[in-house]
Amino acid sequence: MPFIPHSESDVREMLKTIGVSRIEDLFDEIPASLKIEQLKQVPAGLSEMDVTRLMKERAAQDGTPLNFCGAGAYEHHIPAAVWAIVSRGEFYSAYTPYQAEASQGTLQLIYEYQTMMTRLTGMDVSNASLYDGATSLAEAVLMAERCAKKGPRRVLVPKSVHPAYRKTLHTIVTLQGIEIVEFDFCHEGETGGGVSPAWLAKQDFGAFTALVIPQTNFFGVLEDVDALTDWAHEKGALTIGIVNPLALSVLKPPGRWGSGKSKSHGADIVCGDGQPFGVPLSSGGPYFGILACKQEFVRQMPGRIVGRTTDLDGKQGFALTLQAREQHIRRAKATSNICTNQGLLVTAATIAMAMLGPNGVERAAKASMHNTRKLRDLLCAIPGVKQVFARPFFHEVAVELPRPAHDVVERLAKEKIVAGFALGEEYSELENALLVCATETKTDADLRRFATALAGALK
Amino acid sequence: MNEIPGDLKFMKSHEWARVEDNGSVTVGISDHAQGLLGDLVYVELPSVGDEVQAGNACAVVESVKAASDVYSPVSGKVTAVNSALADKPETINEDAYGEGWIFVVKPTNLAEEQEELLDPDAYAELIESEEH
Repeated sequence: MPFIPHSESDVREMLKTIGVSRIEDLFDEIPASLKIEQLKQVPAGLSEMDVTRLMKERAAQDGTPLNFCGAGAYEHHIPAAVWAIVSRGEFYSAYTPYQAEASQGTLQLIYEYQTMMTRLTGMDVSNASLYDGATSLAEAVLMAERCAKKGPRRVLVPKSVHPAYRKTLHTIVTLQGIEIVEFDFCHEGETGGGVSPAWLAKQDFGAFTALVIPQTNFFGVLEDVDALTDWAHEKGALTIGIVNPLALSVLKPPGRWGSGKSKSHGADIVCGDGQPFGVPLSSGGPYFGILACKQEFVRQMPGRIVGRTTDLDGKQGFALTLQAREQHIRRAKATSNICTNQGLLVTAATIAMAMLGPNGVERAAKASMHNTRKLRDLLCAIPGVKQVFARPFFHEVAVELPRPAHDVVERLAKEKIVAGFALGEEYSELENALLVCATETKTDADLRRFATALAGALK
Repeated sequence: MNEIPGDLKFMKSHEWARVEDNGSVTVGISDHAQGLLGDLVYVELPSVGDEVQAGNACAVVESVKAASDVYSPVSGKVTAVNSALADKPETINEDAYGEGWIFVVKPTNLAEEQEELLDPDAYAELIESEEH
């Protein structure tokens, strides 16, 4: 679909019709004191040639290090066909097209995406995606408050949730009068690295709308999701799961969280980042957010959903549905005024999932698990290095070093190895802890190279 | 268009109010409003016991193309809601002034607030003028 901006003569004609001489006059009602005539920090434009050169120089600085850092974004193999297909003109747009129903192929793809996400999560409904994982958590919390109607406007969030997600959540929801109550995870013993249900049972947090449960959590650790889900439901609260969708191919889907003893079963809302499917790391984005929920909450879900229907001739067709609460219709009362869907990234993820198939997705997940275990064993064989937390993990694990992890990360960067995430940057008590991840992209030789380099750095 | 029942009062925002024999006020949206919205797919009801203010939004009617607030014509406490709309929101399309009622308020300031509402003729004139 071509996008042709207004020509100068179009603009002149439109201004003449409404009797305004300059476009700037349309903004007269904004006081001059509030306007910024120039953005000093933004440099003047560059030619295409200059920009290309600049970007190539910047990209070369990244190099191609051997990467063992996860911490929310994961390096996975992306079949070459994925982005070849995504780049086709029919798909190549960041947005759902206007007059969406004229683009049946795009809508069908989103419908397939929603189907895949509901199967992975075990939830009834998935939307067509959100901006990224961190904002998907904020949207999930806002959604939970809408579901609870006149709820207590308090949400419990363990500190084992990704620190960037917690910051984003804080930024978006606290000014809307929602209190975020953060509580600590268990540091030691069998439940170390996750929330201890026994400890939680003894706490009195007062009334709250929802409990956020990360699976896996920021440390790669598996939380006791059944106990946590039951606990929240017994308190009359909702549960919001944050998931890595790749991990769901080997873990119990959030739709079945809970022991089954509690009246209410499964997570109520599920969010997360879809990056592990087909989306390259790209220095931190763009990625896309996942949002899924139980059927009973669908009216409070932000964003859009594509539905399958039949036309007047009985033929299958796809249509946008549940968009009546989006901002182009509902304005200030929309379910969200920041949600966007990430059409292109969702396209990549859907094609990647379709190419891998359920078995391929599971193989990638299991290979990543095995590689991280091998890496853990190699690293923990180095004197002074040990696993920090006892709880089971997926494809990421924290190891304690005999010195601050930050220094070690800097040292290994010189050897073109991204050693991991130094947890001390976000958790002061974990200064010596390094969070490492070895996905299916790593060979045994890669793992040994890392272990050898680390041993050298610690000498 | 359906005949507008003579015992109704209207807001400019297209809600109707009927004062019942027991003094309660039944509220819905006009036949004209349901026609503008098109096929309704969902109705978000207030809760029984909610305190509502005249002119404040307390329900939402949603069609495939728009979601609109429903404002209460009078202040008071919600004493009943039409739960049948949960499964059959299209009842409002079919019978806006009857089975398609949305909620009932026990009013606290009826005499005064009633003055602000339009009688059927004035409402008919309003929608006539909006159409031109």
